[in-house]
Amino acid sequence: MIGRVHSIDTFSTLDGPGIRTVIFMQGCHLRCKYCHNPDTWKIKSPSSKEYSVDELMKIIKRGKTYFEASDGGITFSGGEPLLQYKFIKEIFIRCREEKISTAFDSSLYISSNKIIDLLPYTDLILADIKQMDNKKSLYLTGSSNLLNLRNIELINEYGIPLWIRYVVVPGWTDASGDIKKMAHFAAGLSSVERIDLLPYHSLGMHKWEILGLKYQLQDTIPPAQSLLQKLSKEISAISGKTVFIQ
Amino acid sequence: MFNAWNDFKAGRWMQDIDVRDFVQKNYRPYDGNSSFLSSPTERTIKLWDKCQELLRQERKKGGVLAVDPHTPIGINSHSPAYIDPDLEIIVGLQTDEPLKRGINIYGGLRTTLKACQAYDCEPDADLLDFFRLHRPTHNDGVFSVYTDEMLLLRKAGIITGLPDSYGRGRIIGDYRRVPLYGINYLIEAKKNDLRWLNSDMNPTSIQLRENISGQINALQTTKEMAVSYGYDLSFPAADAREAVQYLYFAYLAAVKEQNGAAMSIGRISTFLDIYFERDLSNGLLDESEAQELIDQLVMKLRFVRHLRTPEYNDIFAGDPNWVTESLGGCGSDGRHLVTKNSFRFLQTLKNLGPAPEPNMTVLWSRNLPHSFLEFCADLSINTCALQYENDDIMRPYYGDDYGIACCVSAMRMGQESQFFGARCNLAKLLLYALNGGRDEISGEQLGVEMPVYNQEYLDFDEVMRRFTMQMEWLAEKYVNTMNVIHYMHDKYAYESLQFALHDTEIKYYMAFGVAGLSVVADSLSAIKYARVKPIKNENGIISDFLIEGSFPKFGNDDERVDILAVDLLKTFTHQLKKHPTYKNAVHTLSVLTITSNVMYGKHTGTTPDGRKKGEPLAPGANPLHGREENGALAACNSVARLPYSYARDGISFTFSTVPSTLGKSQEERINNLLALLRGYFVQDAHHINVNVLNVETLREAMEHPEKYPDLTIRVSGYAVHFIKLKREQQEEIIMRTFYKRM
Ligand code: SF4
Repeated sequence: MIGRVHSIDTFSTLDGPGIRTVIFMQGCHLRCKYCHNPDTWKIKSPSSKEYSVDELMKIIKRGKTYFEASDGGITFSGGEPLLQYKFIKEIFIRCREEKISTAFDSSLYISSNKIIDLLPYTDLILADIKQMDNKKSLYLTGSSNLLNLRNIELINEYGIPLWIRYVVVPGWTDASGDIKKMAHFAAGLSSVERIDLLPYHSLGMHKWEILGLKYQLQDTIPPAQSLLQKLSKEISAISGKTVFIQ
Repeated sequence: MFNAWNDFKAGRWMQDIDVRDFVQKNYRPYDGNSSFLSSPTERTIKLWDKCQELLRQERKKGGVLAVDPHTPIGINSHSPAYIDPDLEIIVGLQTDEPLKRGINIYGGLRTTLKACQAYDCEPDADLLDFFRLHRPTHNDGVFSVYTDEMLLLRKAGIITGLPDSYGRGRIIGDYRRVPLYGINYLIEAKKNDLRWLNSDMNPTSIQLRENISGQINALQTTKEMAVSYGYDLSFPAADAREAVQYLYFAYLAAVKEQNGAAMSIGRISTFLDIYFERDLSNGLLDESEAQELIDQLVMKLRFVRHLRTPEYNDIFAGDPNWVTESLGGCGSDGRHLVTKNSFRFLQTLKNLGPAPEPNMTVLWSRNLPHSFLEFCADLSINTCALQYENDDIMRPYYGDDYGIACCVSAMRMGQESQFFGARCNLAKLLLYALNGGRDEISGEQLGVEMPVYNQEYLDFDEVMRRFTMQMEWLAEKYVNTMNVIHYMHDKYAYESLQFALHDTEIKYYMAFGVAGLSVVADSLSAIKYARVKPIKNENGIISDFLIEGSFPKFGNDDERVDILAVDLLKTFTHQLKKHPTYKNAVHTLSVLTITSNVMYGKHTGTTPDGRKKGEPLAPGANPLHGREENGALAACNSVARLPYSYARDGISFTFSTVPSTLGKSQEERINNLLALLRGYFVQDAHHINVNVLNVETLREAMEHPEKYPDLTIRVSGYAVHFIKLKREQQEEIIMRTFYKRM
């Protein structure tokens, strides 16, 4: 089996606990307006690389000494990694044999049976919440958030640890109502261990231009630290969860 | 038995000089955390203020405060000097004023003159005449023997940085012997050695006898120097303060006698801790006084100065002295060697602020206590002043009482020494292989003569065949050049005091080095895995390349190319070993460039990996700037593949990252950094420099140096004040990959 990989970062400390090798998978069916990695969208991009399970495992295994020392592991990210869930499953099964901890970072705008298929081999899920408001989600990502939220509840039932990731885009996701809704939603989920607030930044803008795409958020400025602090307090007060600003 | 040894556990060290035995019998490993540490005393703060004022003046004057061009510096050449005698509890300076630099002529008269001229002064005419007419220097000796070919090699820059006009350095006197035994005992021991020597007189034994006599003189003179400060070094130090002071006098004598590039202090903190513990438990010392001693010692170490030429600064930028102190490590019995004094040494980075000297080197081992590692990691993140070396792979070779000379060169304290051999430029040599031994820049015929490569594409096997022949040629020249240099250094600029603090029978290493390893590996990889078309210039010399297709690059944990680098080290080591060395020294090899990678790159044409003419090579064993595509671990893993057994003089790797990449909180950053070190070292990697800072800070410091006098950053194997680097060297550091994801 072949996986299409956008890139690999062998040293990440932000995508799960410890030191992690992050595999950015090629392909995404959403079209988030703030996307940093629009070059991952097309599954058949000439800049992507193909890896067999063995090839990728070889790279992953080279991180073992660091994973062991830090309680780290691997994280699939993207793009939307679950578009290639079968490939990921094979890798995860192999990681179980190697005692390497597994995680994926997904929008979860994806059919539930695919996720259920992966859960037995998954130690942690970094789950995006794009927008609690379905209409806004449609506008922001091009898709409805129904699956997203349903899948999070599903994972919660399975008891797999969840880290919620929420991108704070001024004017798009920081409305008080949306934030509160998200916090209440998280409050009801016992598997949620923490919530990460990711401040929007425009560093991905040039990639849109290179790809000949029109970037619509050119006037949006990154959220101020004070806003992030405020949101963080608010969310943690409602949800009772630890909130981190990345 | 001396009274000064009361309360110490007896051992072999009482019968014979054996500092290791003393340490092992008496030291107390410390497993606790850093909470016992003290902040600086009033006295320290006041004294350090004065020091900083002097350092400010030195910076204002362009890096050199004052020069004494008239008095050749020696162990007892200058009258005693003080920064402020009321505040100093550890005394002793190299010349008659703080930061004033002396001239050391024995290495080379021309170099001394050049250095003086660079700072607008000139030695006395009488002095010059004396040396010109009556006293050849090391430099004279070497140049009277060099062959034409050796001169050409030097000029072309295929071997550079050779210590043929200044002190070779890289020798570590076992300065601990002075406080432990007192100088009378050491002199007696040397006299005994003289008596026991074989009386067959041949060049070797005659030289040795003469050397030992010189050593005895140097010990005498050291005593006299100390007397001028009111101290008697005849007998062992009786307490902690004396131990620190005596040890410093021994080191001071060494840096007065020699201007070696690297003058490490060795492995003193755990040794001194034994004295500290004794005084602490007898109520003679409290923690704040203990810290004061170390703070004041470190101030002195930060004030060591040598007069250098501008050319010297090109290869060793930032005015370094490599006062390397090795901390931690582990004993052969499994107990770690961390003591409270290991913490106190590091604490100086907080009490006095970060600085490049002394060169704090943590000997990493699986057995180091976590609390100590945490303290180190915290300091690394905040000061960038530490380097880490793998004790677990060095201990089998050097035992548990070795020191690090310079950046990465290990040697047993008092038993082993090395002949420093700078490095050769492998990237340039590869171009010789393509150009039939002609220099790609000057066009001069230097290497093995063969036709210029004239196929349309470079063929890997053919290139390797040519390259191996050129390597063989260079290895022979390199070893013989080194033999000349070290013979002459022994003859004209022998380190009497440093060798007096060694056993009489010494094992020597001859430390060769390579620069440009990653560029050569990438070039060979391009030739092997892509298609490389050589392009000739109007003189028929290959000066550019067209690369078709992609190829694996060193630093991405790709075995295909990493193995090429490994093979290069093996081949070159084997080739060096074919040629006998002066004093039967053991051939070793380093992958270390200091800052010379910039200068080397400047003198190297375009290489088949796509690096353009004049662009810097990568420092040490680092991947070339910007070639790492898979993040930091992949780079670490590539470097970890390089086998220490074939690069026993050290493999230097500099890792730079921004704080946020290591984690969100300081606690996370500490844990992740420690995990990174562990994951790297358990794969038998040798060395890592850790820099954690924002690139913006460096940019800002380039524009406003006055705001960042203390900004310290680790370059290949040592630390420098960033603002003391030249602009091109600063640029190069910024160009280096800072691991950071968008
Ligand atoms: S889900 Fe991620 S990769 Fe896909 S469009 Fe949104 S931000 Fe980009």
